[in-house]
Amino acid sequence: MGFLDRLRKKAPSAPPASKADRGLLIFENTSEVIRAEKALKAAGFPVKVVGPPPEVRRGCDLAVEYPLIEGLNILRLLADSGAPPLDAIPVTGPLLTPVDLYHVKDFGDYLMVRAANMKITVEKATGVIVNVSGGGCPDVPYLAARLIGLRLDEAPSPREIGHTLCGYALGLAFEEMQRRCSQ
Amino acid sequence: MLAVIGTIPDPAMPVTEGPAALGRGGLSVAELEIAPDRGTPALLGAACAACGVLGLPAPFAFLVGDEGRGHGSRELYRHLVDVLPRRSLSTLAFHYLLPDVMWHDKVLFAVNEMHPRPRLIADAGFMYAAKMSGQATAYDLFTPDAGELAFLADEQAPHPFYTRGFILHDGNRVPDLIRRAYDGDNAAACLLVKGSTDHVADRTGVLFTVDSPNEAAMEAMGGTGDTLTGTVAALIESGRDVSDAARIAARTNRLAAKLAQPTPASRISEIIACIPQALTLALAEEAQ
Repeated sequence: MGFLDRLRKKAPSAPPASKADRGLLIFENTSEVIRAEKALKAAGFPVKVVGPPPEVRRGCDLAVEYPLIEGLNILRLLADSGAPPLDAIPVTGPLLTPVDLYHVKDFGDYLMVRAANMKITVEKATGVIVNVSGGGCPDVPYLAARLIGLRLDEAPSPREIGHTLCGYALGLAFEEMQRRCSQ
Repeated sequence: MLAVIGTIPDPAMPVTEGPAALGRGGLSVAELEIAPDRGTPALLGAACAACGVLGLPAPFAFLVGDEGRGHGSRELYRHLVDVLPRRSLSTLAFHYLLPDVMWHDKVLFAVNEMHPRPRLIADAGFMYAAKMSGQATAYDLFTPDAGELAFLADEQAPHPFYTRGFILHDGNRVPDLIRRAYDGDNAAACLLVKGSTDHVADRTGVLFTVDSPNEAAMEAMGGTGDTLTGTVAALIESGRDVSDAARIAARTNRLAAKLAQPTPASRISEIIACIPQALTLALAEEAQ
């Protein structure tokens, strides 16, 4: 078989996967990058060291590429390891920032706050969380089971027990609800 | 046969598959009892109820435990890639799974090897992955809520958490966001947008709106979107056109809520119990 035939008979392969589900962790210096990579790999996260795009380059010229959706879990692990990043950004949208708009709905006896795709509802008289809805990551049903039935002031923060960006968004809604109920 | 694919928040549960059954004791899959209280079990419970009314076999379930760390989702993805090409399934409803573009693409390749190719419904995390992968148009139906529609409409956002404020803003009308989602090829062939008014749309624009009966408490309840997706999946499996199925499902979900008379503190199992009666009413309306 000639060289051209071998080329022609090469099996079709899938196009490279989009990097939309990847994020970049930005650090002050190279030693922090190495420490973070080591901690995340030891915890089983599929991460790698890459060069960040020029528009987000701060501190050092290396960054850690990580699974974006698992950002809440990863940021908590790095904070606990003493290696928090300067920033965590999506690969395909390095200038995008987390949601900061809250939608609030008053049901009379109940108040609902939505952040991005996550909603939390509280009974006004007691401060008890009566429902959690929205979201698409698998920690949402887990978080709902952990939160529903507890008062806002005794419930664990979704930012502390969640794992994904949906958990992070629920954490923002939870904190906004705490702020409104404390007024 | 309709298959429902998703997770439950018990990390100890291995990949499990089998026909689902909804009885007085609750939901069961492969002799495993599961509370249909939210998420994929709620979708599955609604699909069971609707299949019963439509005279269809009970839906088949592919489930795994995952509390958000992703290990279970990846095990299930691996299993689907292995088994789907040899299965005869006519409708697939993908639900709560950790969004992962690489595994999404592998599963879609496996689906493309199925003969005949099933109709594809994506909601929750798998819908996010479908959009992120740039392959939203491979799907027959997405079922986003308002926040998720804004995410689909934002061609830059990799997750609803990063939807830009000018798109997420209340002032944006649903038809404009639908148009923007289609302009970016970030929507399935049909969209069922859940909200105070439900919108059924395709690339040409809004086809139907459903706004009655209106039980405001549904917006706060966890699982009302899941029951809607389960009901539309059963209606699609019955052979109906996707947009007609979406319209009937939206009406059914609202009738079920009216029958259940929920408060914002109600549980979704109260709605699921009313789906058989509600779907029977909705189908009778269609026949008139």
